[in-house]
Amino acid sequence: MLLIPCPHCGDRPEIEFRNCGEAGIVRPTAADDAAWTAFLYLRSNPRGLHAERWRHVHGCGRFFTLHRHTVSDRFESAP
Amino acid sequence: MPQRFSFLSLARGALDGHRSWPEQWRSPDRPDADYDVVIVGGGGHGLATAYYLAAEFGVRRVAVVEKGWIGGGNTGRNTTIVRSNYLYPESAALYDHALKRWEHLSTALNYNVMFSPRGVLMLAHSVHDEQVFRRHICANRLAGIDNEWLTPAQAKAFCPPLTLAPDVRYPVTGAALQRRGGTARHDAVAWGFARAASARGVDIVQNCEVTGIDRDAGGAVTGVQTSKGPVRAPRIGVVAAGHTSVVMAMAGLRMPLESYPLQALVSEPVKPVFPCVAMSNAVHAYVSQSDKGELVIGAGTDQYISYSQAGSLQILTQTLEAICELFPTFRRLRMLRAWGGIVDVTPDRSPIIGGTPVPGLFVNCGWGTGGFKATPGSGHVFAATLARGEPHRLAEPFSLDRFSTGRLIDEAAASAVAH
Repeated sequence: MLLIPCPHCGDRPEIEFRNCGEAGIVRPTAADDAAWTAFLYLRSNPRGLHAERWRHVHGCGRFFTLHRHTVSDRFESAP
Repeated sequence: MPQRFSFLSLARGALDGHRSWPEQWRSPDRPDADYDVVIVGGGGHGLATAYYLAAEFGVRRVAVVEKGWIGGGNTGRNTTIVRSNYLYPESAALYDHALKRWEHLSTALNYNVMFSPRGVLMLAHSVHDEQVFRRHICANRLAGIDNEWLTPAQAKAFCPPLTLAPDVRYPVTGAALQRRGGTARHDAVAWGFARAASARGVDIVQNCEVTGIDRDAGGAVTGVQTSKGPVRAPRIGVVAAGHTSVVMAMAGLRMPLESYPLQALVSEPVKPVFPCVAMSNAVHAYVSQSDKGELVIGAGTDQYISYSQAGSLQILTQTLEAICELFPTFRRLRMLRAWGGIVDVTPDRSPIIGGTPVPGLFVNCGWGTGGFKATPGSGHVFAATLARGEPHRLAEPFSLDRFSTGRLIDEAAASAVAH
């Protein structure tokens, strides 16, 4: 289980959180198939540092972005 | 060509305590300079692809490059369940193509993969489960696939350790049973395909990691860079499971995949007690008993992507709580080992098989939490696709461009996630 550093509540156990997937995926403004495919489905899924959204659902309820290394599962500071 | 296994050859082997068996497949130290097809990934699916390329489609100059050892990834980490009772016609056809091959695989490969069609029992715990399963059963029967509804009493008769107590958290309200489903020996599947492919001239190169994909001025692939030198090939088949996104990124492609840890565990071995495979979609638990006597238990995925091949304890705890309640006999059993594998999950929980926007680059991925059961079928349709350069009839609906056209095969909602 991860120990997640919530910027508002401090380190809390993972079961209080919901993972909301990759951060920085921007909703397209134009009606373009390629852009919408990328928005809806394509992900970087890196073996390395991953920027991801978390929500402290059973805590403060806020969304925030963290960077985690996907091999060590350790949270790191933003690159 | 390795010696054929027969009763006589086994008896001869027994005379010297099975110490004189030679290696069953060639494992060259380095790949040759060029091939017709290079398969990236030496798991069950990759080895099956290479075998069918050589055995059925006449492509002899094939290499399988594997960064670790063959069958060391998800092929050696799954819970070995085989079934084909999927909801949509496209999936049912693909998985049943595999199941029909499982039934004759030991003979075809001359290697005992210990396929045991002992029946797969899917437990219903609510009115909703029951409606979904009955719909599955009707859809399967229309597709010519066996699947039947059992009342709780019939389910108990088929699987005696099951409790029908009404006051448990997950009471059993019935079950769907596919009698043709069952289990197979996962390592034997990798070894059997490797042996049969090697005998037909396929080079299986282990400890050989792909580090780059070479392309010409027009963008078409010309080969791969590996930790053991460059290899030229006009066609590359990527069968890298959880690491597919990493390999495809070498060709500049973003994939509709996310890699999650999926866990399994085994108990201490006990006498034969569990006659079938039982799974519960609602609580993410599946259990069967191996021939060694261990209970093989599958849990769910973690919520975040990871390549760590280790999952969280709370996922195992949730599964074990459900197992202990459904099968009270097992409450005193001790667990021996738990492990994780990295599964590549697509948005619609269906695999991706076929070409990519990069000419010559093909991919077979996205099998998510349930790829083992498809191994021979997946290898066969992917080999056909690689050999002909166009998708096999059964693979066509599973193309990468379905995420642009919107023709998704949404088994996630239908099968309640568990594979």
